[in-house]
Amino acid sequence: MEEHHHCCIYSKMLSKCTFPSLLIIFSIFLMVRVLYVLYRCGKPFPKGASPSFSTLIVLGSGGHTAEMLSLLSVLRMDRYTPRFYIAAATDTMSLHKARSFEDSLVDKSAVKEASLQYTQIYRSREVGQSYVTSVWTTIVAIVHALWLMIRIRPQVILCNGPGTCIPLCVIAFLFKVLGIRWSSIFYVESVARVKRLSLSGLLLYKLRMADQFFVQWPQLQKNYPRAHYVGCLM
Amino acid sequence: MEDGENDGKRLVFVTVGTTSFDALVKAVVSENVKEELHKRGYTHLLIQMGRGIYSPPKCDGADGSLAVDYFTFSSSIADYIRSASLVISHAGSGSIFETLKLGKPLIVVVNEDLMDNHQCELAEELEERKHLYCARPHTLHQTLTKMELESLVRYTPGDGTPVARIIDRFLGFPDD
Repeated sequence: MEEHHHCCIYSKMLSKCTFPSLLIIFSIFLMVRVLYVLYRCGKPFPKGASPSFSTLIVLGSGGHTAEMLSLLSVLRMDRYTPRFYIAAATDTMSLHKARSFEDSLVDKSAVKEASLQYTQIYRSREVGQSYVTSVWTTIVAIVHALWLMIRIRPQVILCNGPGTCIPLCVIAFLFKVLGIRWSSIFYVESVARVKRLSLSGLLLYKLRMADQFFVQWPQLQKNYPRAHYVGCLM
Repeated sequence: MEDGENDGKRLVFVTVGTTSFDALVKAVVSENVKEELHKRGYTHLLIQMGRGIYSPPKCDGADGSLAVDYFTFSSSIADYIRSASLVISHAGSGSIFETLKLGKPLIVVVNEDLMDNHQCELAEELEERKHLYCARPHTLHQTLTKMELESLVRYTPGDGTPVARIIDRFLGFPDD
């Protein structure tokens, strides 16, 4: 009788405590992990960490792509390979420019076609779209971004401003927390931003998601001291 | 600053980029702006008007006045900029740096109708450094009258080397 009574108490305790306590343990673990990832972000790799890194390059329309290609043209491409280019679904021009940039490289060094990929990504909200329909398009955009990131799992992410980089960077951060893939995010604020950061830049800076953050004007560096001032890319 | 003059033709090239900017198109074909351009020795005015709905009146310039022509889009904007003696552009960074790199005198006209108007930041900064003139559609004439092309400073293009060096070091690559 006594035994049975104890048993009952245990099972009651179990049924009452297990779920909340597991949740608490899990969230403590998650918090520690997030803090660890935040601490490790921005810490440089040891010398000779890897001969090359798979690289995701996020392109944006117009000026953004020109700036990104200016950066790519001075990077040693054998170190950043394979390369994945992503642009908004409405923006065919940027991928076209990236292709002709890669074609111009083929002459200089042997680039395997297989190590290059060009993908378009759904945007959460087009200019002028209503907020009601943008709830649905945002969900589609996030699922698509997640699918692309699972497939690519880049080690390096290069972005310079377009809003499309935010979901990709958030997913990359989650991958770090969950231990799926460690990636380094490099963000170059657009040359068009002289006094204030763009929304994408502000988010990545404030949330400390970018490992290294670059600005092209000295005034910005004054306001955001963790950023590197690197002069104009153009 | 380079002057694209050939056979006595001095072209003013106006570009609005991929969107529309009717206020700029209207401003450049207004009588007092055309008169000022003519007075300064420009012979042709060519307008890339993008998606704008306002089509300016064409003019062949046979009577010795400023010849005016326009088109919507072209894949060879750089060629037009190269052949121009003066460029009047919207405030997009692509057009601005393309013109500055070709060493052409530039007036940037800021679109005041854009909601997120961060674009004027760049134009104003570059104006302060004397690389270009910055105007609004309604101040274009005023800017043209007081414009002194000799006082413009040629822009020295930058590149991505400092960024590349920091990224390479961060990832543990040796300096070349």
